[in-house]
Amino acid sequence: MTDFPRTPPRFSATFTPAVNAEIRRAAASGIYDIRGGGAKRPLPHFDDLLFLGASISRYPLEGYREKCATDVWLGTRFAKKPIHIEIPITIAGMSFGALSGPAKEALGRGATAAGTSTTTGDGGMTEEERGHSRLLVYQVLPSRYGMNPDDLRRADAIEIVVGQGAKPGGGGMLLGQKISDRVAEMRNLPKGIDQRSACRHPDWTGPDDLEIKILELREITDWEKPVYVKVGGARPYYDTALSVKAGADVVVLDGMQGGTAATQEVFIEHVGQPTLACIPQAVQALRDLGMHRKVQLIVSGGIRSGADVAKALALGADAVAIGTAALVAIGDNDPRWEEEYRRLGTTADAYDDWHEGRDPAGITTQDPELAARLDPVLAGRRLANFLKVMTLEAQTIARACGKSHLHNLEPEDLVALTVEAAAMARVPLAGTDWIPGRGSGGY
Amino acid sequence: MQSYDLAEGSLRALNQALHDLKGLTNMTDWEVLNPRGAHAIAAGLDAPVTVHVRGSTGYYCAGMNKQATVHIHGSAGPGVAENMMSGTVIVEGDASQYAGATGRGGLLVIKGNASSRCGISMKGIDIVVHGNIGHMSAFMAQSGNLVVLGDAGEALGDSLYEARIFVRGSVKSLGADCIEKEMRPEHLALLEELLRRGLADHKARPEEFRRYGSARRLYNFSIDNASSY
Repeated sequence: MTDFPRTPPRFSATFTPAVNAEIRRAAASGIYDIRGGGAKRPLPHFDDLLFLGASISRYPLEGYREKCATDVWLGTRFAKKPIHIEIPITIAGMSFGALSGPAKEALGRGATAAGTSTTTGDGGMTEEERGHSRLLVYQVLPSRYGMNPDDLRRADAIEIVVGQGAKPGGGGMLLGQKISDRVAEMRNLPKGIDQRSACRHPDWTGPDDLEIKILELREITDWEKPVYVKVGGARPYYDTALSVKAGADVVVLDGMQGGTAATQEVFIEHVGQPTLACIPQAVQALRDLGMHRKVQLIVSGGIRSGADVAKALALGADAVAIGTAALVAIGDNDPRWEEEYRRLGTTADAYDDWHEGRDPAGITTQDPELAARLDPVLAGRRLANFLKVMTLEAQTIARACGKSHLHNLEPEDLVALTVEAAAMARVPLAGTDWIPGRGSGGY
Repeated sequence: MQSYDLAEGSLRALNQALHDLKGLTNMTDWEVLNPRGAHAIAAGLDAPVTVHVRGSTGYYCAGMNKQATVHIHGSAGPGVAENMMSGTVIVEGDASQYAGATGRGGLLVIKGNASSRCGISMKGIDIVVHGNIGHMSAFMAQSGNLVVLGDAGEALGDSLYEARIFVRGSVKSLGADCIEKEMRPEHLALLEELLRRGLADHKARPEEFRRYGSARRLYNFSIDNASSY
């Protein structure tokens, strides 16, 4: 036999080892893959944008001498008591149930120390978070677990959740492992069942009903509280416009990188739009209605740094919200637990089986022993540190662009590194004046 | 009796006056004239007062009610007594969709018919309907009691948790995981009490009802039940 060079093994770009592994897993188990977190696939994102900085035609602000303000008012449209946050970064809604009590407390402590708000989740308001959060946003979700008028009145703002970026069009899911006695009692469910929350609200359908629902919530709270409407990144132009029409004070827009406690992998990776693509559509809707800056826009989904904050604001958002980044800041996926991640068949920074309730970091669990690993005071301080660093980073960029408030950042300060990002963000491709799609008639 | 005319005053002023009653229990009897389908009338009350609404209401009348008795002398729009915590809401006429949705306590009495999704996601409320109820009623109902003197529409009790459903008439169809269950003596006693509180003891006897509840097959996901979802 002639000793020719052999053809090296060639993997299919379609049937990759990961794809084949999922086919085998599905065939063996008969159930779809469920996990936590947001989209993990590569997507056009803020990394594909760059700031131009000052030059001869723009002059910068002195880094340590000239003020660059960061505060935001939310709910100025209708609420008697709009809320004022010192930094344009809020903590996104995450439930007690999905997260442990100490984790919720840590989020409240960190947000409060940094001068911003935190948010409840699907499961009601706990004393841990109300007690440790100076500004707490109370979510009204389709399940209405734990919903009651007393918590509405002691909240600082109300967020009607229509969708979330990880699963626009999907309901909640909390598997039996995490339905402890306390979670079961708060949600009025039998212990240990797989909780299925509805994807539609039980008492309204469509924007006309939503307007009346908002009226009811305002009446119950004597028009004091800002009312947010949270939507997943599905059709941001129309969802934003309809939220404004329905009377929202604030629109919260969550792109597909936004996390969830537990959802089907196929949902997370294949439904919704990237955050980068969502923002300009929502801002366009606000501008078309003459409501930009009057109805505030909070953007979430993959915000990780001050650069991301600055870019989101430059594209027209009033503030951002962080979820996954906040969990990482308080200790999620920390390599210090590597040995335990390995035992769970994963590794630090890749652990996403949050629904199983076995989180070594004690965050996405209801196991008292695991939950006790998280020191809420220390974790809160870490979150406050992280929020402050993000703010300093955003200020650094804003000053370099000559802006005295983060809100003065604008699309003109940005260029895109890729054609895709240029088209989605509606800023020019670097080195050109080309914005793909401009002049096509928009939406 | 305090009387408030919605033809002259605003909804906001009415609700504010009712909210301000907390602790001021000497003004316990109220009347609202000319509701004319306004939304959110008497929503968010938290005082042991009685409010008579003389006419029909829009959406969410008596929403999230605590303690108060709200008596609607007409028909009620969608979401009457939604998320009620305690107290009593009585509708003399018919009720639209989602009556008593997500209610956590108290008693809702509908003397006419209720439309679709009556008692959807109920969490402890008791609902007594003297007439019929529409489709998808008690969908994902978690706890509490739904009593229907007439007939029930399609998909009754779909994806039900621990709520109890009693129907005197026919049931067009049962939803996923909802089954008929044995009526034991404790259920007859419970029903007798519910009929009395629901102002219906002169219209029906407990023995005339059938009981429906969860088969609990969908409580933990099994691929073999996938077609039920």
